Amino acid sequence: MVRWILEPGLFSNGTVRTALLLGALVSVVSGVVGIFTVLRGQSFAGHALTDVATAGGSGAALASLSPLLGFVGGGVIGAGAMDAIGVQRVKDRDVATGVVLGAATGLSALFLYLITLQTSTTGSTQSILFGSIFTVGPSTLPDVALLSVVVLVGVMVIRRPLLMGSISRELAAARGVRLRMVGIAFMVMLAAAVGLSAIAIGSILSTALLIGPPASALKVVSRLSHAVVLASVLGVMATWLGIVFAYDSYYWFGSGRGLPVSFFVVADVLVEFVAVNLVARRRRLRVVEEPATTAMPEQVGWI
Amino acid sequence: MTNAWISGTIIALLAGAVGFFVVLRGSAFAAHAIPNGAFAGAAGANLVGINPLFGLVVFALGAAFGISSMSRRTRSDVATALALVMMLALGAAFLATSSAYEPAVNALLFGEILGVSSSEILPVVVLAVVCALGLTLLYRPLLFSSIASELAVAKGVNVRLIDTLFLVVVALSSALAVPVVGALLTFSLMIGPPAAARIVTSSAHRALALSVVFSLLTLWAAVASSYWTDLPIGFFVGTMSAAIYLAARAWMRLDSRRSRRALA
Amino acid sequence: MVGIDLLEVVDVDVALSGRMVLRDVNFRIDHGEFTGLIGSNGAGKTTLLRVLLGLQDVVRGRVLVHGEPMTRSNSSVGYVPQKVLFESDVPVRVRDFVALGIDGNRYGLARRSRHTYELVDEMLESVEAAAFANRRISSLSGGEQQRVLIAHALVSKPELLLLDEPLANLDPGSAQEIIQLLHSVVTNQHVAILLSAHEMNPLLPVMDRVVYVANGRVASGTTEEVVQPEVLSALYGHHVDVLRVHGRVLVVAGGDERGDSLVADHPAVVLE
Repeated sequence: MVRWILEPGLFSNGTVRTALLLGALVSVVSGVVGIFTVLRGQSFAGHALTDVATAGGSGAALASLSPLLGFVGGGVIGAGAMDAIGVQRVKDRDVATGVVLGAATGLSALFLYLITLQTSTTGSTQSILFGSIFTVGPSTLPDVALLSVVVLVGVMVIRRPLLMGSISRELAAARGVRLRMVGIAFMVMLAAAVGLSAIAIGSILSTALLIGPPASALKVVSRLSHAVVLASVLGVMATWLGIVFAYDSYYWFGSGRGLPVSFFVVADVLVEFVAVNLVARRRRLRVVEEPATTAMPEQVGWI
Repeated sequence: MTNAWISGTIIALLAGAVGFFVVLRGSAFAAHAIPNGAFAGAAGANLVGINPLFGLVVFALGAAFGISSMSRRTRSDVATALALVMMLALGAAFLATSSAYEPAVNALLFGEILGVSSSEILPVVVLAVVCALGLTLLYRPLLFSSIASELAVAKGVNVRLIDTLFLVVVALSSALAVPVVGALLTFSLMIGPPAAARIVTSSAHRALALSVVFSLLTLWAAVASSYWTDLPIGFFVGTMSAAIYLAARAWMRLDSRRSRRALA
Repeated sequence: MVGIDLLEVVDVDVALSGRMVLRDVNFRIDHGEFTGLIGSNGAGKTTLLRVLLGLQDVVRGRVLVHGEPMTRSNSSVGYVPQKVLFESDVPVRVRDFVALGIDGNRYGLARRSRHTYELVDEMLESVEAAAFANRRISSLSGGEQQRVLIAHALVSKPELLLLDEPLANLDPGSAQEIIQLLHSVVTNQHVAILLSAHEMNPLLPVMDRVVYVANGRVASGTTEEVVQPEVLSALYGHHVDVLRVHGRVLVVAGGDERGDSLVADHPAVVLE
């Protein structure tokens, strides 16, 4: 059974080690950024950015530029476009988001088609949409690591005004939070996070890593710091399991045909989500029977 | 090619009408997610070897109901996002096991102008008529509950039933549209043209009519462009839907500036 | 010698969507005063509060805090909205939420100090919310949430606290509790309070001044000065009577062919 999961050569394989490291970095960023994405009700915008990243990634491939640049650059441009079109009311904002999404996906259709005309190799659609974590060379790692650190530090620096704005815009405004500035800054970080995970698991399924682990974590913790850590852990777990299974799937299906990492990552994320919901439900049922807890000891947190 | 025009027209008519309500109800994200269910269904049907239309319809309905039931326990946008990726991954996984992987993925995701064969036209028309009938019968209560659901409930409208039936219509429309326009672009037709119509007029009836007109224009332009340039129809649908929306926004700004100057 | 007031509103006009909603607004608030902003729904109380918070522009006039023009979100002014809807998955405990009252608008990597949490715990004690300090903010009842919002606003030591209709959905008993709490805040922490309400009777025992809003205009002063038929009739542009029964006040529109009443301080109060 263990042999079946840990197929030969798994850990000695350099590609796999790179993939695991890359996957971990990307998952942590997605987990941290994703917590705020969910709290701000911006799952749609986050998803729209993944589609814009698709356009960026395919455009970059067409122009033979770095995929990381394409994914992240496309996302940032998309964030700007959404802000430019953007309107105040939530429903109108969703329309604006949807319009940008549609245009970006249309562009992706064009770019991907042109790529197939240009090159004779198939598979670029595959790698852009569903990820190429095994083919991303170790040379990308430094860029990914740097960008990951920048995004994480960025989120840490604005975390309190960001949280205030996510809890109550009215209170935040009264307290002097520059909502628009913080909002734009966050969108840029979101675009970068999406771009990063697109490198690992493809643009189309990045949403799973951005939304799934955070949504799961938020169900069961009551402190922001815990939520962020748990979301990262769940994300890394999902990605690592995904890498392992994807590697294995080449052996399971034989003849060098396997399933992309992103498929397994999505499956893992969904399993986690269901599991967490079950745990949460049982905990809710149990809490009714327990007596009221006494005050907790004083703690210092970094929220 | 005639098939493309016929099915495209039917799709645009439906998408424009359905889209009017989608924009009104603020369900843009759900309208984006449900076609992905259709995608998974088509891929699954392909795998198992049954009629794709069956897969399209069943999975689209499944996605629609899945989202609405999950939305009760989690934030609705989270539920929609997770359902969306699940369907997409599932569909892609189904396709991955078949040999014609890449062309199939492209066709189902981004549209295939020749995506409907003659034998399928009849069921498409039937389903489209069912949806159109449904919308016509539901028109007033649907409009009412979309604008002011508490008032509608108070007036005795069965809002939950209406919500469910509307989801069915969205799912069926998506199922019809996906083979031609693609899972990722179906919702463009349901968002861009209706949103443009809403900007241009404030009467509900006229907005609905304009939604259909704009959607038709967009799709015809997209089919024609795709036919002449050999570029994917999805590209034209996505960009033209966005263009019509932006044109409407620009028109509104020019118009309001003109009327402000007139008053001054 | 005239000291500089804490807050001064001078000749303010406010317009919303091109329509003038408030005209010639003039009033002052002094340190440690309890002021009631009274007016029926739609009279413009919330708009005026937003002006005082720097969130709403004025068409004419000035708002001065300590003699200086008001800037957006002045730290001397705290705000308690009527209600905040917290999503159920927001991972923030009451203590953390109140702590955000101190550092919610600060950027940077620094961790919170022990001292911050000491201040928070003190504040929670003073509003009698210590018992649920570790609960998620989404799990609070309306009354609990109100205390927490007050603590959140007070913890940064403002000199003026603005409250938007804090008594609106409360039964008379709970309303009295909050009024007593706010009164003790004024006396013990020497914070001035301006709270809006559409009924002034519950506030009569503690109010130092009244700012009465009606018909787009404002009259301010002590209760005795303002709640007079002449003053209010001038305000409404329309005859009103003021009845006093057992220390309670009822403002009633006078005899008018149209027969509609403009103001309702609810009759039920008078019956007690």
